[in-house]
Amino acid sequence: MSEPSKPQGRKFQLPEHLKEYKGIWVIVEQERGSVHSVSWELVGEARKLADKLGVEVGAVVLGADSPELNAICGDAFTYGADVVYKVTDPVLADYRTDPYTRVMTDVVNTYKPEIVLLGATTLGRDLAGAIATTLATGLTADCTELDIYMDNRSLAATRPTFGGTLLCTIQTLAYRPQMATVRPRVMSMPDRDDSRSGRVVEVFPNLRETDVITKVLSFIADREQNEAQLAFADIIVAAGKGLGKPENLKLVFDLAKVLGGEVGVTRPLVQAGWTGFDRQVGQTGKTVRPKLYIAAGISGAIQHRVGMEKSDLILAINTDPNAPIFDFAHLGLVGDALTILPALTDAFGKRLSVNRLAG
Amino acid sequence: MHIVVCIKQVPDSAQIRIHPVTNTIMRQGVPAIINPFDLFSLEEALRIKDKVGARVTVLTMGPPMAETSLRKALSLGADDAVLLTDRKFAGSDTLATSYALTSAIKKLSEEEQVDLVFCGKQTVDGDTAQVGPGIATRLGFQQLTYITKIESIDQGAREIVVHRRSEGGVQVLKTALPCMITMLEGTNTIRFGKMDDMFRAARYGLKTWNKDTTGAEETKVGLKGSPTVVSKVFVPKPRAQKATMVEAEAPTAEAQAAAAVEAIFGAQPKLADELLARAAAGL
Repeated sequence: MSEPSKPQGRKFQLPEHLKEYKGIWVIVEQERGSVHSVSWELVGEARKLADKLGVEVGAVVLGADSPELNAICGDAFTYGADVVYKVTDPVLADYRTDPYTRVMTDVVNTYKPEIVLLGATTLGRDLAGAIATTLATGLTADCTELDIYMDNRSLAATRPTFGGTLLCTIQTLAYRPQMATVRPRVMSMPDRDDSRSGRVVEVFPNLRETDVITKVLSFIADREQNEAQLAFADIIVAAGKGLGKPENLKLVFDLAKVLGGEVGVTRPLVQAGWTGFDRQVGQTGKTVRPKLYIAAGISGAIQHRVGMEKSDLILAINTDPNAPIFDFAHLGLVGDALTILPALTDAFGKRLSVNRLAG
Repeated sequence: MHIVVCIKQVPDSAQIRIHPVTNTIMRQGVPAIINPFDLFSLEEALRIKDKVGARVTVLTMGPPMAETSLRKALSLGADDAVLLTDRKFAGSDTLATSYALTSAIKKLSEEEQVDLVFCGKQTVDGDTAQVGPGIATRLGFQQLTYITKIESIDQGAREIVVHRRSEGGVQVLKTALPCMITMLEGTNTIRFGKMDDMFRAARYGLKTWNKDTTGAEETKVGLKGSPTVVSKVFVPKPRAQKATMVEAEAPTAEAQAAAAVEAIFGAQPKLADELLARAAAGL
């Protein structure tokens, strides 16, 4: 990354008392004992940044004390953390903004990390906005790239803006910690190293449930619902306006079924009511990083592109050979998605069933 | 019940173009609209007004031209509108913006206690989702983001029950007023304004406040009050390589599909193995 242009007319020197802030933290997002994969992606990214700065990676694990939570602390080391801040209290069992914010504000003020990273998830964005306010520091949302500018050892957080038409690099120069949220699946998953371990700093915040105004009455898990799980799908077949009419979505579902994948759509389809928001891929929908992304009848607008361009392999099908999607897809097929989708479903079906017979 | 809805006037991001030579945003001729995510929150506030009765004040911070968005909100049924505008606010990041808006909400609360603040989930230009949480934290309000449904609101007990989207499911939360809510998109259908509201909106003398009206401190707004610094703005680099076109033996869909399957399996042998293994296992 090139060096920054110097912004003018403001003070950008880090005040003396903030120079003691050291280390890069990741707030590990765990909900009901399972960790969101973005947290491990971030521990991997923090490892790279920390090695550049020559500092430690800290993972903050919050929740009610349990064997699952201990296992999560262990996992944090295997993905690259040097130290785990294990913050336990029964009040932290379910995520709620208020107690999480209070505790994190205290922990940051006590241990003084220079960088705090969170996933740009519903939890991460909710919590980050609150903590940055209580700490009166800078927060850069939804980053797609992180780097360290070595001249002043500051975090350079790059994020899309204006719906992805532009990227901007944002820094927090005179305040600490520097905070950023990062979209899931933008950073790659680090390899596990089971031989790694580190030290655990236990924090007991001593909260009282009676002090917390918001109560969790119940939790309706998605796995008991019929919601699409796009963010974790290995294969996604996605449809755009080129599909013509809602009935044709069936062609996409058929192919996804043969491949054991999920169906994604572009924003105009959601707005037109073809399908629910849970299937929207793009700037205002989900960011996905499947092994295979088949884009049928999608032109490749930047708003969609930022949500899927990190896919391992993108096959684009479009009647227009000049569609922008062919500029960033890996494989392109000029043709009508309406006839090619069923043909693909057949071709994959045959290919996979032949193997089954042979096997 | 007094509800404040914070909205933002934004350029219609779907219509923004980048100048091919200078790589800068071409805003000329791009229509200004109410941030689409704010409309879901405004609608929810108006539904509460319809159901249990409330005064809905719509608040925006921006240049004088943002008045158009306030009038639009009034035409949909908001009762009052406040435009917070001051050159000193220019360059505010999310921390400074939430401070300035909070100063206005506190002033509104002096007139009539504010029970609920609605914000958009995020804006379509900045996309940060930080101003709502910033306001909630500064006001000491309970913070309820990504709300999919307001199940009930009890004015007597000052209690509210909501459904909140989380990554793995939906949290059903019960909390007390006052609180700050951001609605998830697609949760409600935005109404058309009534004719008399449209006439009223056109004539309405909206309040225009500045930094001094709300008593905001100068060091906490604008560039001075903003910890973040934009050090670089640039256009995303196009991927160096264009797509490899799938060439089929014949121009039929069958031949194209067969060629595409071979190309995919060739490019991703590991994926091919996984698919074949899964198929062999009968999954």
